[in-house]
Amino acid sequence: MKTKNTAVVDEAPIESLPALNKRDPEWLRRFKDGKYLFILVLPSIICLALFYYLPMYGISIAFMDYKPFLGFIKSDWVWFENFERFFKYRFFWRTIKSTFLLSFWSLVWGFPAPIVFALLLNEVTNTKFKKFVQTVSYMPHFYSTVVVVGLFTLFLAPTGGLITRFLSTYFGVQNLNILVDAKYFRTIYILSEIWQGMGWGAIIYLAALTNIDPQLYEAAVVDGAGKMRCMWNITLPTIAPTIITMLLLRMGQLFNVGFERAFLLQTPSTYETSDIISTYVYRRGLQANDFSYGTAVDLFNSIICLILLVVSNTVSKRVSETSLW
Amino acid sequence: MVEKKFGFWWIVRCITLWFVVFIMVFPFLHMVSVSLSSNLMVMQNKIIFWPLIGKGQLGITLDTYKFILSKPLIYIAYKNTITYVVVGTVVALFVLTTGAYALSKKRCPGGKLFNILIMITMFFRGGMIPLFLAIKWLGMLDTIWAIVLPSAFSAWNVIIMRSFFSVFPAEIEESGRLDGLNDIGILWYLVLPTSTAILATIGLFVAVAQWNSFFAPLLYLSDEKKYPLQIILRQLVLQSVMEGMEGAASNTNFAEDSIKYSTILVSIIPIIAVYPFLQKYFVKGVMIGSIKG
Repeated sequence: MKTKNTAVVDEAPIESLPALNKRDPEWLRRFKDGKYLFILVLPSIICLALFYYLPMYGISIAFMDYKPFLGFIKSDWVWFENFERFFKYRFFWRTIKSTFLLSFWSLVWGFPAPIVFALLLNEVTNTKFKKFVQTVSYMPHFYSTVVVVGLFTLFLAPTGGLITRFLSTYFGVQNLNILVDAKYFRTIYILSEIWQGMGWGAIIYLAALTNIDPQLYEAAVVDGAGKMRCMWNITLPTIAPTIITMLLLRMGQLFNVGFERAFLLQTPSTYETSDIISTYVYRRGLQANDFSYGTAVDLFNSIICLILLVVSNTVSKRVSETSLW
Repeated sequence: MVEKKFGFWWIVRCITLWFVVFIMVFPFLHMVSVSLSSNLMVMQNKIIFWPLIGKGQLGITLDTYKFILSKPLIYIAYKNTITYVVVGTVVALFVLTTGAYALSKKRCPGGKLFNILIMITMFFRGGMIPLFLAIKWLGMLDTIWAIVLPSAFSAWNVIIMRSFFSVFPAEIEESGRLDGLNDIGILWYLVLPTSTAILATIGLFVAVAQWNSFFAPLLYLSDEKKYPLQIILRQLVLQSVMEGMEGAASNTNFAEDSIKYSTILVSIIPIIAVYPFLQKYFVKGVMIGSIKG
């Protein structure tokens, strides 16, 4: 690359490159050569610094007793006191368990859903019908979380909710109020997630499926392979790398459950299962203005995420030679 | 693949796919029907598939829409959302295009370091509270900048655009250079006119995300006059706060459900209206992302 640039510089007329001076040191020459690129990259760098790296520096308040009126400099350092407070929190294990179970079950149900959907859709030969199903299934992806949670809430409302009415009319289910029942929080959360994301999530698998050579199937059928056999020996191996990459990405997010959905769907009566780390951080850290404590809890969560990502990536590298980096 | 029509698998597949279609479409259909029905029918829970204006009488009425759109609460929020979407998309596209173009060139001073710094943000972030404090410290709380700036830059979008720009033919750039253009000129006159597809794709993603954004306004805005639609929607639908909806519940002229469904619809109609035209861009965007990702 470097040689190519010098070639360009040599060919270019001198007038257009007045800033390049042969006596300048190497780094300055490179800077002058790319100064317009540097100007172009500045807005991004400013955003990166202000909204990503300044907050990262701000994590240090997790080790402080941050008081807004004292400010960042004058607040006292308390080191691990905030973390200890979290470990001693009455519902520490409940919060960890809820966070883990919510993501775990959302992975178990939510991850295969788009794959199965893509496999089904891939078999459809009628292109018009295929297109129609696709278009319809992408739609909910563009609704906001507020709208999706709102719809589920309205449909499941104890009085007048459409599903509630249906169940009471045809199945005799009385006094159904699953929105405030902690037992059903995960179910509703995961169902709403699948409803919203299944079609969209299938796009990537559908693309991977189009790469399969139809001749493979024909050959397999000649050899007497059935539908299941084809699926198992041809289709799945082809999309396996995609599945593993997507799974890896999900693993890293295992402790990073969708905050918005959980926050909007939860009510104090479902805290037993619905209060995950991020909603707890919001409630304690921002609503109760306990900034340092909230940051400490959040940091604890991020570190678990990072560990999970590294572990799952290492495992996958060993097992399948697929890696994120 | 050879397959018998009306065979066992064919039937299973058909039933499943039609079931999916029903589940995806029905809530929308029901919402539209409720919002267009007369309030008496809604209150009697008569509406399922189609709008009714009287007992067993098909028909539509726009009363609910007229009502909610006459409320300052709704139309101010609507105006705010549109402002945030327009400004947010323009700002984001500016930041992303300039940054991604510069970073796609190896000549960019500090480019290697910046790329690493961007990669890191994909795996580790400051988190909710430090970001809030940073925005507070910058004096952006309760301004439009708190909504549009922090979301403008995203590692994912920069990487997508960078990989797009990196395949731009070097010969064209060199010819531009020989004509006396600097890098900014090359980007503006040569690269951008041929990059409308990627600009449309990323712009649409950003615009939809901004339209649906709920958490940022919840955190950074406290002035009700600046609330976007999503915040109002949450108050109305999830918290059943009918403030600013005077004449709705009190007069029992309007069924609460009608108002809720109509407001939801009003908030998603713009997206649905542009969706069919833009679907190909959306899908393309996912594919560009997946090749690199």
